Amino acid sequence: MTETEIITYREAVAEGIAREMRRDPTVVCLGEDIAAAEGVFKTTVGLLKEFGPRRVWDTPISEQAIVGAAMGAAMTGMRPVAEIMFSDFFAVCWDYVANEIPKARYMTGGQVTVPLVLRTANGGGLGFGAQHSQAVENWALTIPGLKIVAPSTPADVIGLMAASIRSDDPVIFCEHKGLFATKGPKPPEGHVVELGKANIVREGTDVTLVGLASTVHTALAAAERLAADGVSAEVIDLRCLIPMDLSTVLASVGKTSRLVTVEENPYQGGWGATLVSVVVDEGFQLLDAPVKRVASENVPLPFADTLEEAVIPTVDKVVAAVKSVVNF
Amino acid sequence: MYEQMAVIRRTEKAAYDLFLAGLVKGTTHLASGHEAIAVGASFALRPDDYVFATYRGHHHAIARGATPEACLAELMQKATGLCKGKGGSMHLTWAPGNMLGSYAIVGAHLPIAVGAAWSAHLRGTSQVAVAFFGDGATNIGAFHEALNMASIWKLPVIFVCENNLYMEYTPIGAVTAADHPAADRAPAYRIPAKIIDGNDVIVVRDTVAEAAARARAGEGPTVIEAETYRHYGHSRTDPAKYRPAEEVERWLKHDPLDIARARLEALGVTPDTIKSIDEKADAIVAAAVDAAKNAPVADVREALTDVWADGGSAWRT
Repeated sequence: MTETEIITYREAVAEGIAREMRRDPTVVCLGEDIAAAEGVFKTTVGLLKEFGPRRVWDTPISEQAIVGAAMGAAMTGMRPVAEIMFSDFFAVCWDYVANEIPKARYMTGGQVTVPLVLRTANGGGLGFGAQHSQAVENWALTIPGLKIVAPSTPADVIGLMAASIRSDDPVIFCEHKGLFATKGPKPPEGHVVELGKANIVREGTDVTLVGLASTVHTALAAAERLAADGVSAEVIDLRCLIPMDLSTVLASVGKTSRLVTVEENPYQGGWGATLVSVVVDEGFQLLDAPVKRVASENVPLPFADTLEEAVIPTVDKVVAAVKSVVNF
Repeated sequence: MYEQMAVIRRTEKAAYDLFLAGLVKGTTHLASGHEAIAVGASFALRPDDYVFATYRGHHHAIARGATPEACLAELMQKATGLCKGKGGSMHLTWAPGNMLGSYAIVGAHLPIAVGAAWSAHLRGTSQVAVAFFGDGATNIGAFHEALNMASIWKLPVIFVCENNLYMEYTPIGAVTAADHPAADRAPAYRIPAKIIDGNDVIVVRDTVAEAAARARAGEGPTVIEAETYRHYGHSRTDPAKYRPAEEVERWLKHDPLDIARARLEALGVTPDTIKSIDEKADAIVAAAVDAAKNAPVADVREALTDVWADGGSAWRT
């Protein structure tokens, strides 16, 4: 009997990219320290060795040129996969993320397409400090024209990487740096997870918990604790912010009548605000309690562990939020 | 080349008049005076070479094959506009002619052009990418990142600075720590630079041809600083009072159309022939204005199309 191979999330990144590079010669990678050094987080191990310097490029520290060049190459027949080392650095090349890439197709009346992937190490939990720890998938949510992906497991890294690279649209691919060491089964060759399809990772009847990337694990841990207290939580891994799978969320709320989101973004602008506004609009009749959002405090992320824990969503905070809606 | 420059000159005049008449709204950045740069370069390039321009890009769109009618229709928000009315004056794009856009954020397209050159290099096609930009763009970060990357990767990209001496309303010398904003920065990136009379279409053509040959031979990028002058102000109906009268007069006498005409005459072309080309250009643009005026307004159904490659704009299920 064959045992399923177990891989880490970080290995899944390299594996996901490599699978696509093997099947499509137009896929090329660029970024800082991704080639010879195999990535500061070791997420591109083996790529230079297997595909050579014409397909895996080390760049200078030039985020605008990295992303701008990826855009130009995508407009002219290639499928670039560009790395932004820490997702906070999107702010350094924000013109390309906000003004150029998502708008090019629309404002030219459909004359160009931009099939690129901007992959990045997103989120906190490793003590990197405020400028290297932000979860910024919500920044991209404010801009029409970008698909946004944030996998929570190694298998989803590979499946969503395949879908992202094969997509003819620009994709922001948020790898969670706090999850790089986590493990999971390696999916078979050809594994593709369609963009915009959320995953019900735990079934339940009393409350719907929606999480993304790291907060999926927080929600699952909370669901375990709640089960011991007789509360059955359904946990949804949203997987993508755009396209946002609201039909899965609404169907779940139809079953449970209660909703709690778990977001690593600061409350004031987190992705949950958009999701909840749709549920409260289209699913008003389904709800039996107010909707809660467990999100980070509206402060930059502090460095010290105890301080960071006070700011980000934790299992305790999720359990408390669920209890408040269950007891409403 | 003269005919194309004449058509561009008249198209820009038409745009100006239509703006005054309230038929073009928003903003326009006219390229009258810059014709030789767009046309000379275009004649030096192959049809499969890539061109990237700024928001002052009407001349580049036309030089790469966009019709004056489609350009004017775009400015007038018509369904027949180059971008279906979704882009406007600052975003004229003609992908079938490999004119891959007019960009409204200063300097943004330089790294994008580098990317197109990188793509050509990866595909081994000997195509060249050309980025046209103003003197003002030489002070923004993207300019420097683009030159550095093009240089270290030896990419087939040509950086053409249309130096018209003014960064919007400010003389470029007042805000630039270099006498020649593009050409003086190039050596810092180990890129050869040429400073030329941007109003002489033959000089432009020959200089771009040389740079293109270098690029195709794998010798890397070139910076060309082409000196020129805007006949109109920066945008809309800016009267450009910040420019000294004698400077304006001097440059108006150094008109690229006059220079081209003189060259044609020196080659034995008769004034009558030139006059007939002028009349042909008049007719082309007059017809274009008419057709654009009579075209239907942008189709409302297009408001929600073309976000994604599948033609739609769906953000959720």
